[in-house]
Amino acid sequence: MSGRDFMKRFRFFRPRNSEDGCREERFSEGWAENRCGQREWEHFYRDRWQYDKKVRSTHGVNCTGSCSWDVYVKNGIIVWETQATDYPACGEGFPNHEPRGCPRGCTFSWYTYSPVRIKYPLIRSSLLELWRDTLATHGDPVKAWRDIAGNPEKRSRYQQDRGKGGLVRLSWDEAATITAASLVHTIQRYGPDRIFGFTPIPAMSMVAYAAGTRFLSLIGGSAISFYDWYADLPPASPQIWGEQTDVPESADWYEATYMIVWGTNLPMTRTPDAHFFTEARYRGAIVTAVAPDYAEYVKFADSWLPARAGTDAALAMAMTHVIVKEFYIDTPIAYFVDYAKRFTDLPFAVVLQPTSDTYVSGRFLTAADLGTEATNPRWKTVFFNQTTACWVVPNGSIGFRWDEAAGHWNLHLQDSQNDAAVDPLLSYGGENDGWRTVTLPYFDDKGPGSKNGRVPVKKIKTAAGDLLVTTVFDLMTAQLGIARSEDEDRTQDASVQYPAGYDDPGPFTPAWQQAITGVPQQDVIQVAREFAENADKTHGKSMIFLGAGTNHWYHSDMIYRAIVNLTTLCGCQGVNGGGWAHYVGQEKVRPQAGWSQLAFGLDWTRPPRQQNGTSFYYFATDQWRYDDLNAETLLWPMAGGGSPRHMADYNAVAIRLGWLPSYPQFNRNPLDICREAVENGAATDKDIIAHAVEQLKNGSLRFAVEDPDHPDNFPRMLFLWRANLLGASSKGHEYFLKHLLGIDNSVQNAESNLRPEEITLRDPAPEGKLDLLVTLELRMSTSAMYSDIVLPAAGWYEMHDLSTTDMHPFIHPFNPAVDPPWEAKTSWDQFSAIAEKFSELAAVHLGELKDLVATPLLHDSPGEIAQYDTLDWRKGETEPIPGRTMPQLSVITRDYPNAYKMMTALGPLVHQVGVGSKGVAWSGKEEYAELASELGTVKAPGKSYGMPSLSTSKQAAQVILKLAPETNGETAFKSWAGVEKKSGLALTHLSAGRRDEKISFDDITAQPRKIITSPVWSGIESETRRYSPFVINIEEKVPFRTLTGRAQFYLDHPWMLGFGEGLPLYRPPLHLPPNNSPYSVAETLTRIKPGITEDDRKALALNYLTPHSKWSIHSTYSDTLILLTLFRGGEAIWISDVDARTLAVQDNEWLECFNENGVVMAKAVVSHRIPPGAAFMYHAQERLINTPGSALSKQRGGTHNSVTRIMVKPTHMIGGYAQLSYGFNYYGPVGSQRDEVIVVRKAGEVDWYED
Amino acid sequence: MKIKVQMSMVLNLDKCIGCHTCSIPCKNVWTTRTGAEYMWFNNVETKPGIGYPREWENQSKHKGGWIMDGGQLRLKAGGRLQKVTRIFHNPDLPAVDDYYEPWDYDYENLITSPQKQHQPSVRPKSQLTGEPMQIKWGPNWDDDLAGVCETGARDVNFSGLDHAIYLSFKQVFMFYLPRLCEHCLNPGCVASCPSGAMYKRDEDGIVLVDQELCRGWRYCVSGCPYKKVYFNWKSGRSEKCIFCYPRLEAGLTTLCAHSCVGRIRYVGVVLYDADRIHEAASAHIDREIYPAQLDLFLDPSDPETIACARSQGIPEHVLAAARRSPIYTLAKTWQLALPLHPEFRTLPMVWYIPPLSPVEALAGNEDLRSAVDKLRIPVQYLANLLTAGDEKPVRMALQRLAAVRTYMRSVRVDKKPDDTIAASVGLDAETLLRMYDLLAIARLEDRFVVPTASHPDKSPLHTTKGCSGFPDCR
Repeated sequence: MSGRDFMKRFRFFRPRNSEDGCREERFSEGWAENRCGQREWEHFYRDRWQYDKKVRSTHGVNCTGSCSWDVYVKNGIIVWETQATDYPACGEGFPNHEPRGCPRGCTFSWYTYSPVRIKYPLIRSSLLELWRDTLATHGDPVKAWRDIAGNPEKRSRYQQDRGKGGLVRLSWDEAATITAASLVHTIQRYGPDRIFGFTPIPAMSMVAYAAGTRFLSLIGGSAISFYDWYADLPPASPQIWGEQTDVPESADWYEATYMIVWGTNLPMTRTPDAHFFTEARYRGAIVTAVAPDYAEYVKFADSWLPARAGTDAALAMAMTHVIVKEFYIDTPIAYFVDYAKRFTDLPFAVVLQPTSDTYVSGRFLTAADLGTEATNPRWKTVFFNQTTACWVVPNGSIGFRWDEAAGHWNLHLQDSQNDAAVDPLLSYGGENDGWRTVTLPYFDDKGPGSKNGRVPVKKIKTAAGDLLVTTVFDLMTAQLGIARSEDEDRTQDASVQYPAGYDDPGPFTPAWQQAITGVPQQDVIQVAREFAENADKTHGKSMIFLGAGTNHWYHSDMIYRAIVNLTTLCGCQGVNGGGWAHYVGQEKVRPQAGWSQLAFGLDWTRPPRQQNGTSFYYFATDQWRYDDLNAETLLWPMAGGGSPRHMADYNAVAIRLGWLPSYPQFNRNPLDICREAVENGAATDKDIIAHAVEQLKNGSLRFAVEDPDHPDNFPRMLFLWRANLLGASSKGHEYFLKHLLGIDNSVQNAESNLRPEEITLRDPAPEGKLDLLVTLELRMSTSAMYSDIVLPAAGWYEMHDLSTTDMHPFIHPFNPAVDPPWEAKTSWDQFSAIAEKFSELAAVHLGELKDLVATPLLHDSPGEIAQYDTLDWRKGETEPIPGRTMPQLSVITRDYPNAYKMMTALGPLVHQVGVGSKGVAWSGKEEYAELASELGTVKAPGKSYGMPSLSTSKQAAQVILKLAPETNGETAFKSWAGVEKKSGLALTHLSAGRRDEKISFDDITAQPRKIITSPVWSGIESETRRYSPFVINIEEKVPFRTLTGRAQFYLDHPWMLGFGEGLPLYRPPLHLPPNNSPYSVAETLTRIKPGITEDDRKALALNYLTPHSKWSIHSTYSDTLILLTLFRGGEAIWISDVDARTLAVQDNEWLECFNENGVVMAKAVVSHRIPPGAAFMYHAQERLINTPGSALSKQRGGTHNSVTRIMVKPTHMIGGYAQLSYGFNYYGPVGSQRDEVIVVRKAGEVDWYED
Repeated sequence: MKIKVQMSMVLNLDKCIGCHTCSIPCKNVWTTRTGAEYMWFNNVETKPGIGYPREWENQSKHKGGWIMDGGQLRLKAGGRLQKVTRIFHNPDLPAVDDYYEPWDYDYENLITSPQKQHQPSVRPKSQLTGEPMQIKWGPNWDDDLAGVCETGARDVNFSGLDHAIYLSFKQVFMFYLPRLCEHCLNPGCVASCPSGAMYKRDEDGIVLVDQELCRGWRYCVSGCPYKKVYFNWKSGRSEKCIFCYPRLEAGLTTLCAHSCVGRIRYVGVVLYDADRIHEAASAHIDREIYPAQLDLFLDPSDPETIACARSQGIPEHVLAAARRSPIYTLAKTWQLALPLHPEFRTLPMVWYIPPLSPVEALAGNEDLRSAVDKLRIPVQYLANLLTAGDEKPVRMALQRLAAVRTYMRSVRVDKKPDDTIAASVGLDAETLLRMYDLLAIARLEDRFVVPTASHPDKSPLHTTKGCSGFPDCR
């Protein structure tokens, strides 16, 4: 008898054989035994598992997962969450989404009751003191705020306290009163366009997003974009397809049989989707990974191409070289050639412009050159029809989209004049009027340069004289340096140096790229061949995944265009299982049309103010003053001079020509402009606009961007919600602190010697532009810490809302598991509370006022064919005509006292004007009537009486579901009518099968639902298909929304050609040292203001990369204890073991990292997974957690963005030109940050600055 | 023959994305409370790496599991005599630093901080002492090879390999190893417990620590070679992965398997002959343990086994679940899944499908099947991890995975199914298709075959139903 048996008996008198029939025995030669009874204790864990209810909800952070979750409530509190597994199936033979949801998602319940949660409204104590004193003096909130904001001493008193603790509790009513008073004052004194709101990614909680933007839009404030600002927007997408971003849902990866994963870390950033990637391998897919480090996704690859960070376009160009040579020229593949002729601009004719001894490529040949009778002739491109040996104007180009005589905007290969079938000549190689030498741009580590190539030409007689033209395909071949056997005279021109073979290091060969990327040339050849062969055999099922690693660079568009080359050349776009798959920050508000009505108050007033984030922050945080990137280092010398040098000048030009939005708009209050116009006799809105145009023309009215540092042109108020601007996305973080907030910072930079010409420079640079920063937050984030007022927000498990993504086809809800605890409110209730207080004060101080609104020439509107010529009215090259040569101007009546009533009711424009998106519009009459009956109407008398009620976020969600074709079958059916008319195609069949479906909020609470195919998107969603972009373009022949109507390799806008970017090619990262040498510490230090030098510590200059974080809830929340525990408990930077040895640094030691922009302190993570020469700081690490001080800056060690600064690219600013036209979050300059170099050294002992 | 039912799990490391989702609901539900902060019933490790707790695999350091001693199977830490003599001091116990000192932050200070000269930032403080602390290790310290260039040499799976080569950028490799309690057939923890507080449940083989009987001697902690029994410093009792029995009893899978978004986990029952446990665990050399354990597993479709199981009282629905068990198929029929460190001789029941990896050099390696020895992860490393160093089973599992891929490619891309592929790995084409189905498509009900709780015939369920949830109701 063993001691343990004895003890057990002693305690419990255990029965030998239980009444349940248990039999005690020994077996396995006495090695094991069976005992009975005494298992009641097992309830210990059973009781833990038992719960009272589970509720379907999800998370609304800026993540594209959109996973449905079960949230568990036990004893009245939220205890944990698990993933829902009840999504509709993906289809026979496909894996399902069971489950969806990542480790970040299932830590969210930590926040609900965590000590970091904001429970009550908070305000900066110094501001509260000022406020109460001043209000007591004036008795009126607006007067009180006017006093505080107008008094420099008072204003700076609370401004300089920002970010240093000192927040105190106040009541909701008082917080709303201060906020509303500031709103009223700002509108009165500066104008509503000085009020801003920033919130990202609506798809993940669209009602919460809409709450703030709806309120701000109604009062004339501006929403700031995020997708371009994050540099997640791939400008290449609108450039190539006229589409913001459209990507395959993850289940469609399973169709692919060849995958190249190229800078998007699927297991980390697409965690719930990654299984389709790993599982597709068992279905026979081959995987190639391109990554500078041994990233998580490399683990799943069959081969790894470790290209040096930022050089991906060189790799892609070499692969393009192989594919064009072998699969188009040596042995043309019928499938590829047919695809190229139907769906790309490769056969279109480009005019060659003579230079002194060669030619350069110019604009597309158009119907206007041919003298064809047509409307919009300059917007109709031309190719050579080999059937009739004639030039034809084929269907589908953008001129047809905006034609009076509709019906030719389609991709049938037809002559638009007579509908005859045509067959374009892809190359003039076999049939030409001779060959010419063209000079083409070429960029390498020595800067902009040129190389010559040979193209076959055709001669055309036009009214303006003879023109020489060639095809885009021929130009591309010449650029790639591929010799053509038909060109017998080639060798006679010594200026043309084509490489002799793949191992010749001449431009764009596999050997050439090896010197740049470090990838063996043989690997490049093999992968290119495999990719193309696979596409040939499967008709396009070769897929390329790409994302932040390739997109966050200054020349992101050129990298992407070079990579996308491969998919388009191989006929992969618009094919299930093929094409590009861009995954970084992309999102899809599937019910886009319904949502935008609500989000921008389009049911009451149009147009809204929508500001592109990159330009906004570039000017608002004065980063432009430090910008030393001279355009001359980027322009192609052959394109001719006369271009500005400073990036801010390009931006200013883009604004006055109507290409980009600009808020604050003018150097005066837009309400005052209207008032003065009326005082000066303007009888109508048209008169007011004429008055403003005249003032602009004579210079008495200027754009605010031309004097951004004048106090009248400061952004005065900023609302942040669902966002962590300062902790996550503030590129140039330290400049934000210095200029926008006016506080201590670690900027190590002196202002640039390069000075803009279009912009007034005021000295000294202003510090503290914002009067009031209001953050509506769940938790004490960095943004909240630096705010003046912090309002407690409901958590994601405490509200009604909607979620969609492009990663799956479902729409599903948020439901409250508990009501918002303490004094937290949902976004809808927060902004309603502010709106109510605002309306009260507005009734006294504002009333109804006219507002002059300037908006850019928008993509998908007639404005996109406004500017064939780039003529500047300011220089007298043309007249200022709103909506043609300058921004569109509208006069809007702001009914300020009724802002609350408008916010909380669905306005009349839904049925009076209609609903739509992306140039497609339809009537919302039926839906409006249904909503009135389903939601109930407003009973209170006044402006909104009898209108559908929007007092709750659930009602707001129901409006979205009702108005959107994706969730309302009848709406889907009718929404096709407009596209059918323009295109002459029959399309309603795409959603006819689901015409009688109406997806309600309660439906999706029961189970997520698949959305309905609609004209707002380019893919087909059905029970038998997975969503793949551009399927509708390819299969149904609806044109791409581009100049040619096809996927474009060539971009002929003068600015594009000026920067040498007509065709895709490689452009090196901005600071890449020549000859593949390492980054230099000494050189990096030269960019820092004098006084900072090397000390005796060993230092290295490293390329600073900020990939997506594994241990934060998307890019927003990195303070969760469980996630901090699962890695290193605070800010960390990964460096290679080789570099660590050089620095004499060991794993987990503190590093001091700095450059001209600032300083960040972080723990070293030393790993042999990281390539030498690079530092990886996974982004969104909160500086509130475990961040010491820096001896260099004497400040706390910063965020991952403390060492970044915005670099803007002029070609992204082009507008009024087909697909190169502005759209909010759709096209525009991106805030890239990967060309950055930092100096890294060991920090040693650190100081915590806990005073 | 004594037929027993074992609830077990297979994890496909070839699909594991290292996301750790498995760990979080497990932690949220079971170990987020005082005394359990540092416990991760389920954790995920990056390989190569020394894991959590540090160097848990190194039994010359930790003395867990069993060894053959003079032809006798005995606990490596010694028998009862040694336990009695060391009962107040167990020299083999890992220290808290080997796991990690759990920490927290005074988050509330961020909200309540008075106005200061510098922005507030909260520093880690120990959850054990409440004092400020330096973080030096964590439950996932070497995630994605973090610091492994410094620690990786201590990874025992490099045995027979030159670790320095693989700890360099050029020849880097990495994969993930999610770990939970192995619910072994010959558990070292149960055998080590001086209090008789640990047992294997008769109906499903789940190993538990009786929270009423445990006296906190902690010999289970050191006796488990996987270091999956933890000591709760607050309650003074040991705790471990319970294979989510409250969920299993309701027919749900475990939380870690439910939340596995990489869909790598399979849960089901295996029938085995408990009379031969001692024999299997006592195999002469380490490499014979895996085949011996495999030999314990009984074919659930064999009529004799079924008849015998019935006669021993195993319920019909459990036998039906055994016939549908993905575990039996993956481990026994196809031999794709392999045990973790069988040389510990505990006969673990959480098994792993080894991972493929990129070829070291692309040129000339188009055919995946022939490339198994050219993959970045050395076969030897995997064999040290899964088969006590025997490369043959690892190589076959990898070749079979590759064969599924190559065969499906011939079907999908070349449109000419290549039936010679199956033969080359000792299978037929139909089996490759079934493998494909289970590896790639398998629905929830195919991955998790969990019979609901069974109750003895005489159970007073009619009464229990009304009483359920009331503490003193019988």
